[in-house]
Amino acid sequence: MAKLHFSLVAPERELFSGDVDMVQAPGAEGDFGVLANHAPFMTTLREGKVTVKDGATTKVFDIQGGFADVGPEGLTILAEHAVEAA
Amino acid sequence: MASLKEMRNRISSVKATQKITKAMQMVAAAKLRRSQDAAESARPYARRLASVIANLASGVSGDGAPKMLAGTGRDERHLVVVAAADRGLAGGFTSSIVRAARVHIDSLIAQGKTVQIICVGKKVTAQLTRPYAGKIVETFDLSAYRQLTLSVAQPIADTVTRLYEAGETDVVTLFYSRFKSVVQQIPTGLQLIPATVEGVEAPTGPAAVYEYEPSEEAILETLLPRNLTVQILSALLDNMAGFYASQMTAMDNATRNAGDMIKRYTLEYNRSRQAQITKELIEIISGAEAV
Repeated sequence: MAKLHFSLVAPERELFSGDVDMVQAPGAEGDFGVLANHAPFMTTLREGKVTVKDGATTKVFDIQGGFADVGPEGLTILAEHAVEAA
Repeated sequence: MASLKEMRNRISSVKATQKITKAMQMVAAAKLRRSQDAAESARPYARRLASVIANLASGVSGDGAPKMLAGTGRDERHLVVVAAADRGLAGGFTSSIVRAARVHIDSLIAQGKTVQIICVGKKVTAQLTRPYAGKIVETFDLSAYRQLTLSVAQPIADTVTRLYEAGETDVVTLFYSRFKSVVQQIPTGLQLIPATVEGVEAPTGPAAVYEYEPSEEAILETLLPRNLTVQILSALLDNMAGFYASQMTAMDNATRNAGDMIKRYTLEYNRSRQAQITKELIEIISGAEAV
């Protein structure tokens, strides 16, 4: 299965960068999930959880506000604040 | 000529100074590494944000563009944000930024424009208060913050936005020191408003049709103020790294100078001690001969 390139960037540092299966994020107008080869899409984000799924592993990040950009090269989330949830 | 005791005191005082400058140099070196890392790790965010905005801006132009991107269309009132250090003992770090800013400010004044100044950093305030007392609208002191985060840059960005939206200013320029390498920091003027979209090319090939949620303009509206904050933050981070680099160099020089001074004084001290011994010997011998 094709992989999605995903990077999560906070102002202080890059929290995640790599190829994953799927990412779910809290869009301003509703949650959405992104798989590989998603159509180009841009949205602002509200406070919530970003779930990153790759095979059997799942990572969850708490973010506060931000911005998501789905392009041909993958998904980029620019979060204002982001921490990996325990 | 100074007495032997005076010279001994002087040597030991220079030695004490040398110990302090040596310690400061090592502290600065350690902090430089940390602040350099911080500056580096903040770059991806700034770069991504800039490229997204460039992408958006190429689509939104003309009347629909937000004011922060398009400007007010006038060029009369300028706001200059000068950011440098809160502390001294870093060679010409603050002075070089202030000098670049003053050249800019003076040329604006010569053109008959109105200039307002925001000082970031205690040393900047100290250097700019005298020449431009009436023009300083706000000063920031960052010495209380141990770490530079977005929340440090936010109040500065808020002040800039407030002044801009109140129609007090048309063009905003930020002066800081770009950290090129440990030995090279370049005082730079960066235009914040109207936002400059440079360096990032619109993607070539068949332009992808983006879907926007909410609208393109709404996204741009929220991104531009954030971009402002991020630009200020990355300037502050660059400044921080530059400050420590320049403090390290300054303290290294000071340590070396102290070493030279100690060598010179020790030589002088030994000479005059020798001279005194010789003099005493002559006195004893000639006294013995007289008997």
